Amino acid sequence: MTLSTRPPAPAPAERTIDIVQPSLPRSFTLGMLGVAVVLGVVAYLVLDNYVAVGAAILLGYLVPVYLASRLRESKRKATDRFWTAVMTAAFVIAVTPLISLLVTVITEGAARFDVEFFTSDMRGVVGEGGGALHAIIGTFMITLLAAAISIPVGIMTGIYLVEYGRGPLARGVTFLVDVMTGIPSIVAGLFAFALFAFIVGPQYRSGFLGSVALTVLMIPTVVRATEEMLKLVPNELREASYALGVQKWRTITRVVIPTALAGIVTGVVLAIARVIGETAPLLLTAGFTTTVNWNPFEGRMTALPVFSYYQYVTPGFPPEPGFERSWTAALVLVIIVLGLNLFARWVAVTFAPKKS
Amino acid sequence: MSTATTSGPPRLDEKISHRADTTFRTLATASGLFILVTLAFVAIFLTAESVPAFTANPEDLPGGEGFLAYAGPLLFGTVWAAALAMIVAVPLSIGIALFISHYAPRKLAEALGYVIDLLAAIPSVVYGLWGIAVFAPALTGFYQWLAENLSFIPFFAGPASATGRTILTAGLVLAIMILPIMTAFNRSAFLQTPRLHEEAALALGATRWEMIRMTVFPYARSSIIAGSMLGLGRALGETMAVAMVLSTSGGLITFNLISSANPSTIAANIALQFPESSGVAVNTLVATGLVLFIVTFGVNFIARWIVSRRAEFSGAN
Repeated sequence: MTLSTRPPAPAPAERTIDIVQPSLPRSFTLGMLGVAVVLGVVAYLVLDNYVAVGAAILLGYLVPVYLASRLRESKRKATDRFWTAVMTAAFVIAVTPLISLLVTVITEGAARFDVEFFTSDMRGVVGEGGGALHAIIGTFMITLLAAAISIPVGIMTGIYLVEYGRGPLARGVTFLVDVMTGIPSIVAGLFAFALFAFIVGPQYRSGFLGSVALTVLMIPTVVRATEEMLKLVPNELREASYALGVQKWRTITRVVIPTALAGIVTGVVLAIARVIGETAPLLLTAGFTTTVNWNPFEGRMTALPVFSYYQYVTPGFPPEPGFERSWTAALVLVIIVLGLNLFARWVAVTFAPKKS
Repeated sequence: MSTATTSGPPRLDEKISHRADTTFRTLATASGLFILVTLAFVAIFLTAESVPAFTANPEDLPGGEGFLAYAGPLLFGTVWAAALAMIVAVPLSIGIALFISHYAPRKLAEALGYVIDLLAAIPSVVYGLWGIAVFAPALTGFYQWLAENLSFIPFFAGPASATGRTILTAGLVLAIMILPIMTAFNRSAFLQTPRLHEEAALALGATRWEMIRMTVFPYARSSIIAGSMLGLGRALGETMAVAMVLSTSGGLITFNLISSANPSTIAANIALQFPESSGVAVNTLVATGLVLFIVTFGVNFIARWIVSRRAEFSGAN
């Protein structure tokens, strides 16, 4: 009953200081977004032009919201709203083509995603039918060979840089790995060609030549991944091992590498995913053929990306079956690459050493 | 039994493991040297294979007017397409990275960041297919409109390409391709902004945009520049997407963005011409490849230099 002794609360009238700035109601901004979308539809119907649609939606939202905020809120708040809208628009603008790309690859590629595509090659195929068996085999052999060279060299170089490297040689190697990361893939292809033109002759084309080109692209990725992971291994582990009298190489192979293994495997898988989709260097080095070639050292060998490219630019007549094969090859490629990425992430999450 | 392991002849054991230690060390060093030798080989063999292009009779080269006349328009096309890509990709990648790091809800942001990483892995031939089959046709209406209404600007002089396979389309496809890598780079830089700086700005009453301008941008400026340079390196060297999307006519230098007569790029030209070339034409292509190598080397060198300079002076570590 003590409450009743209090005077009645004053009415929230003119005298209270309004410390909360007036702000635009959410319904207003959402409403303007709706209006902008309608404007976009109108722009599409009138101008038939996707860029105009984007511009109509962006301006249809930005201008009224900015002005309203400027009038009712403040200049600073209006600027903030303006940039929030711009950031969101940037994201939508960038994501739209990427979604379109994935949807197109899946829908167009589904047409020939059949058994024949994976079990037959292109020998004697005119028009419909045929498959990419030779290209799938080629891609796996070329990539395997490239991995067989790059992984040991890359991991050992990473070990050298972290565990042994001192002085100018180590600095030079670090610098050159950086340079190698930036080599355009076509230049790697030219290098492999030039190297073997010197050794064997300018007419030489083979899967192995393609592997050499991919090796140049793959090594720096593996080195970087190994280096980063080894640097994360705490020095206490190494010191504990040395204190027990263990030799340096045993410390590295038994203590340091197992600790960093998950990260290294992730890096290696990502490196494979990076090179498995390379087209340009293989165009110059492995060439193009229509049949299965099991010998990577002799004769031309088609890879999946090259197959996709040639099926699109020289589809034959009628062109549709060629286009379909090309899209399906692209779909298979995307599935492989995304699969490898997911696998790498799974390894990283599952086998990561527990944090103490 | 346990004594047997410790009471063996220690000297022999030590010798063996000492030898193993040396072997391992040698192997590791040899791998490092292997990279040195490989890059030396890249430079030596590219140069050796391109020398005939400089020494041969200029009339024997493709185009028939010597190497500079052949490579000049290609170099122009390469830089021009990459510049168009950068104009679009730099602001967009900053916007996306900021959206993911500072605007999107935390849970969503993590997933988005991962999706962006995945997109960086999509092979360039797929971008090429999409560019020629979907993106270029979608832009023809816009080019038509530009040619009709803005043709007084030299960039849009037209006539508008009916297929949409113009240098602007190629530049936009390049922009889309380098967006994921640049976004990933920018995002990690933005996320490293010290949390206390951000909170201090907000506590002083800054709006979100003011907070970003005062704390995030100054902190990430050199990273943005370095990430953009890396993207530029990729755009300069990208081959298949340009080779497939761009419709070219040789030896042309033009700033016209929307016509179907465009200069080619070095990388695309190599990919298109190489399989059908022989003799000194091959040497010429290798020589253009050497030019591309030098240009991308320079760009990457500057990017690395900026990154390392930041590592020294930022005081963040």
